[in-house]
Amino acid sequence: MDNQYIYEGASGPWELVVGLEVHAQVISSAKLFSGAATTFGAEPNTQVSFVDAAMPGMLPVINKFCVEQAIKTGFGINAEINLVSIFDRKNYFYADLPAGYQISQYTRPIVGKGYLDIELEDGSVRRIGITRLHLEQDAGKSIHDQHPEKSYIDLNRSGVALMEIVSEPDLRSAEEAAAFVRKLRSIVRCLGTCDGNMDQGSMRIDVNISVRKAGEPFGTRAEIKNVNSIKFLTQAIHYEAERQIVILEEGGEILQETRLFDSARGTTRPMRSKEHAHDYRYFPDPDLPPLILDKAWVEELRKNLPELPDAKKSRFMQDYELSAYDASVLVAEMETASYFEEALKFLKPLNPKAAKLLANWLIGEVFGALNREDKTIEACPVTPPHLSGLINQIQEGIISGKIAKEVFSLMWESEKDAKTLIEEHGLKQVSDDSAILAVIDRVLSKNVTMVQEYKSGKDKLFGFFVGQVMKDMAGKANPELVNKLLKEKLG
Amino acid sequence: MSLDQTTVKRIATLARLKLSEDRMGPMQQDLNRILHFIDQLNEVDTSLVEAMEGTNVSSMPFRKDVITEENCVEKILANAPEVACNMFVVPKVVE
Amino acid sequence: MTTPITKPALKNDLIRLTLAEAKEGLLKKKFSSLDLTKAYLESMESNRNLNAYILETPELALERAKESDKRLAKNEGGLLEGLPLGIKDLFSTEGIQTTAASHILEGFKPPYESTVTQNLQNAGAVFLGKTNMDEFAMGSTNMTSYFGSVINPWKRSDGKDLVPGGSSGGSAAAVAGGLALAATGTDTGGSIRQPAAFSGIVGLKPTYGRCSRWGIVAFASSLDQPGPMTRDVRDAALMLQVMAGHDPKDSTSASLEVPSFEKSLTQGVKGIRVGIPREYRLDGMDSDIVKLWENGAKWLQESGAEIIDVSLPHTKYSLPTYYVLAPAEASSNLARYDGVRYGLRVPGKTLDELYESTRSEGFGTEVQRRILIGTYVLSAGYYDAYYLKAQKVRRLIAQDFELAFQKVDVILAPTTPTPAFALDESPSDPVVMYLNDVLTVPANLAGLPGMSVPAGLSRDGLPLGLQLIGPAFDENVLFRAGSVLEEAAAFKSFLER
Ligand SMILES: [Mg+2]
Ligand SMILES: [Zn+2]
Repeated sequence: MDNQYIYEGASGPWELVVGLEVHAQVISSAKLFSGAATTFGAEPNTQVSFVDAAMPGMLPVINKFCVEQAIKTGFGINAEINLVSIFDRKNYFYADLPAGYQISQYTRPIVGKGYLDIELEDGSVRRIGITRLHLEQDAGKSIHDQHPEKSYIDLNRSGVALMEIVSEPDLRSAEEAAAFVRKLRSIVRCLGTCDGNMDQGSMRIDVNISVRKAGEPFGTRAEIKNVNSIKFLTQAIHYEAERQIVILEEGGEILQETRLFDSARGTTRPMRSKEHAHDYRYFPDPDLPPLILDKAWVEELRKNLPELPDAKKSRFMQDYELSAYDASVLVAEMETASYFEEALKFLKPLNPKAAKLLANWLIGEVFGALNREDKTIEACPVTPPHLSGLINQIQEGIISGKIAKEVFSLMWESEKDAKTLIEEHGLKQVSDDSAILAVIDRVLSKNVTMVQEYKSGKDKLFGFFVGQVMKDMAGKANPELVNKLLKEKLG
Repeated sequence: MSLDQTTVKRIATLARLKLSEDRMGPMQQDLNRILHFIDQLNEVDTSLVEAMEGTNVSSMPFRKDVITEENCVEKILANAPEVACNMFVVPKVVE
Repeated sequence: MTTPITKPALKNDLIRLTLAEAKEGLLKKKFSSLDLTKAYLESMESNRNLNAYILETPELALERAKESDKRLAKNEGGLLEGLPLGIKDLFSTEGIQTTAASHILEGFKPPYESTVTQNLQNAGAVFLGKTNMDEFAMGSTNMTSYFGSVINPWKRSDGKDLVPGGSSGGSAAAVAGGLALAATGTDTGGSIRQPAAFSGIVGLKPTYGRCSRWGIVAFASSLDQPGPMTRDVRDAALMLQVMAGHDPKDSTSASLEVPSFEKSLTQGVKGIRVGIPREYRLDGMDSDIVKLWENGAKWLQESGAEIIDVSLPHTKYSLPTYYVLAPAEASSNLARYDGVRYGLRVPGKTLDELYESTRSEGFGTEVQRRILIGTYVLSAGYYDAYYLKAQKVRRLIAQDFELAFQKVDVILAPTTPTPAFALDESPSDPVVMYLNDVLTVPANLAGLPGMSVPAGLSRDGLPLGLQLIGPAFDENVLFRAGSVLEEAAAFKSFLER
């Protein structure tokens, strides 16, 4: 067993078993079963239809686009699409559940078994099984901080379409769980089926965690509800694993319970609401006949899928000889991949060497600068053609890599292209033999003693001479030429 | 099948109904009469029968992804027993 | 077989007209909608003892009648222009209290209009008010209404107050007693047909999916179906024509063209095969009912129909099936009445206390009984034994009909096992009470259209109904056979007596 899966307890190693249920809000204009809007952040109860408020006699009618989004996501997670599925009622009383039931799918979901391949930092790939994806309604929101003894109910989210994606208990570490969510997020964003905005609650994660001694059957699991960032997911898993191990090592028992993640403390605690023994009394919603999908329509959706991150990654590796790691970084966010592909169009010539250089610049300089200024790639002041323009200047030998960094900073500030900036600031690389030779002569004559030492065998001093020449020429000398001419001079 | 009082209480809690002491006995008796009546179904061999799903409309119709309902917050709240800040009000819910 | 106007349209006779007669009178300008509406409002006022209405809306009715008269004057009237109707209080009516006869919805004014009542309004109908009913349509006597029992206008020789049947008992009493020209009902297990039979009027439960359920307070979604309650078969055709139609807001509404119903009224039954289901002959069935049934078969036969014995072997299991499925669906449908968004709220310190107090005080005993049964049959460990089992038996019941309809075009049976009974004779054992619906429930389980036609009197002088059940979406065969039965029976309504 790989070490990363092991938690060292006092009694020896423990293995972590994690399964995730991800609620992903479907991108759609209207709700799953009503014509009310789904826009985030509207004034309370302004996006509520009579159906969403469960007024007497109101009936659901399904939004075709939400079904389409679920099918597309199903293909994205390599899953089978069920041509016949059923909507069930999940019955329970809660303040933000106006009908007293949630319309969901239970025995026959729209999407069946699938999987995701996740890449880990060491470059290895693991396949994580997906049990199902089903469509269901979101609940409303209870607001607890407006009044000391009252909760306020806003139904704007009531009835918004969610996809619940359930993984197999195949995850063995917090890192894997995080990789799974990141991968899923990049897929739904690429498909345009969910915006993946975790801070707005567009993706919420329920985590099922248990621990066991390697090789033993699954232990009792706890469920942590509504974790809303990847950072919290990692924290919650670490905390919960340690909590369970300590209990078990002290001879205690894990309760099968629902817990809440306390993001302020980085801990989990049991939900305080008195646990009415849950009994959801699922049964097929008699207001809704079976959902029967037209095979030809489903096939058409499959054919028209955009290129998914995995396919894009393989293409980048194949066409531009990028490393698996670089390629996966580029495809992780749709916007990054688009930026990269847009920039590729302006590379002259477009060859693997140039593309690789472009990838390095994107992952290194561009990401670094964006991070420093807390900007997204869409707001990057250096546009794809400008970045490629810079790469072209390097490739053509007009500037050195070092100068290029300086040019990049200027580009970032001025939003001008590389060529103009090199002109304006006289940063063009000197590739004229005589100009460089003149400087070499000057440097060597200033450092006679060192030349002697070099000649008597102190090879390391070569770098010193290069540095002196470059310094004298303010970094603009063509480094290859400097090397060559120096070698000739020093014999 | 026969329901004892504990079960009746459990069901009542699930259904959010409160059965006072004096109503408990008669209700339990009625429920058991009904269940006894329903138990006739056990006489029917359904081992080869598929459960019925819906009637007459075989497949779910679709609606377009179009916003058809404008903001009607006043109508949504008009019948509510307690409202504040355009929201429904309930006793504090603790999680 | 059409009913010509034989009576003079004098003002005091206005409430005795059928819908078709009144329509013709309006078109021929013999009287105005205002005359007609006022006559009904007066009748409602003088018959308040029947408790047929939960809410009377006279001002609205008069206003609408005047508008109708304007349209009629310009010959722009709709199919039901100016005709005053009673609306079962299960239909949401915009801005007008809609209670489902429950305390929990007292004062509730829906901000929307049900599709069926909208259709009726679009056709020009005038609404007189909201008729009484069993609470949430759960009952066969109208005694479960929070707003009190309804009294059947018919009297037995002993003079006791009789139930009008239920759950559409207010509608039935109103149509029979001259408090509405016609009325809407809903039928989940017989709630249109049984009260129609008890009150000597025509009641039609259309095919499931024929009329939209949108805006009708739900009882059991897979069984509920709205339909007309009228003075004769022709009126039922007229009403259904307007009520029916595909509604994109109801996923269970059939997207089928609505055929013309009126034309089948005169088509007769020559060559039609009529099935007599032997299982509907219950042990110890009242001899009056048996006689009525035999008469019905004879009348159809004399009009050219062929009488064929059929078997519906799972009939016996219809009621147990129904009393699993209807409460199961109801327990879920009624979860929304929680005191938060509308209706009654009984305060509580915690949310659960609020829920429990509100629901315990807001729902009557029968409703609570059904919620509890429904909750139980869906609960963990019992779902397969009850709910799933019942859905399987339901399929067998539906298949019985499918097989029968390979041999026959329509099925004839009594509507109820007994005539109307007195309020104080109403059984206290719920199971005995449920047996009232034994002959009507199968059509609901199979989603088929059924019609009750008044066809005779019991030895006590009370009306008895014959029931016709047709194949899905073939209401026309009911109108054909129903017209023949009606003419042969020459039944005299309460108002004609
Ligand atoms: Mg879940
Ligand atoms: Zn869910």
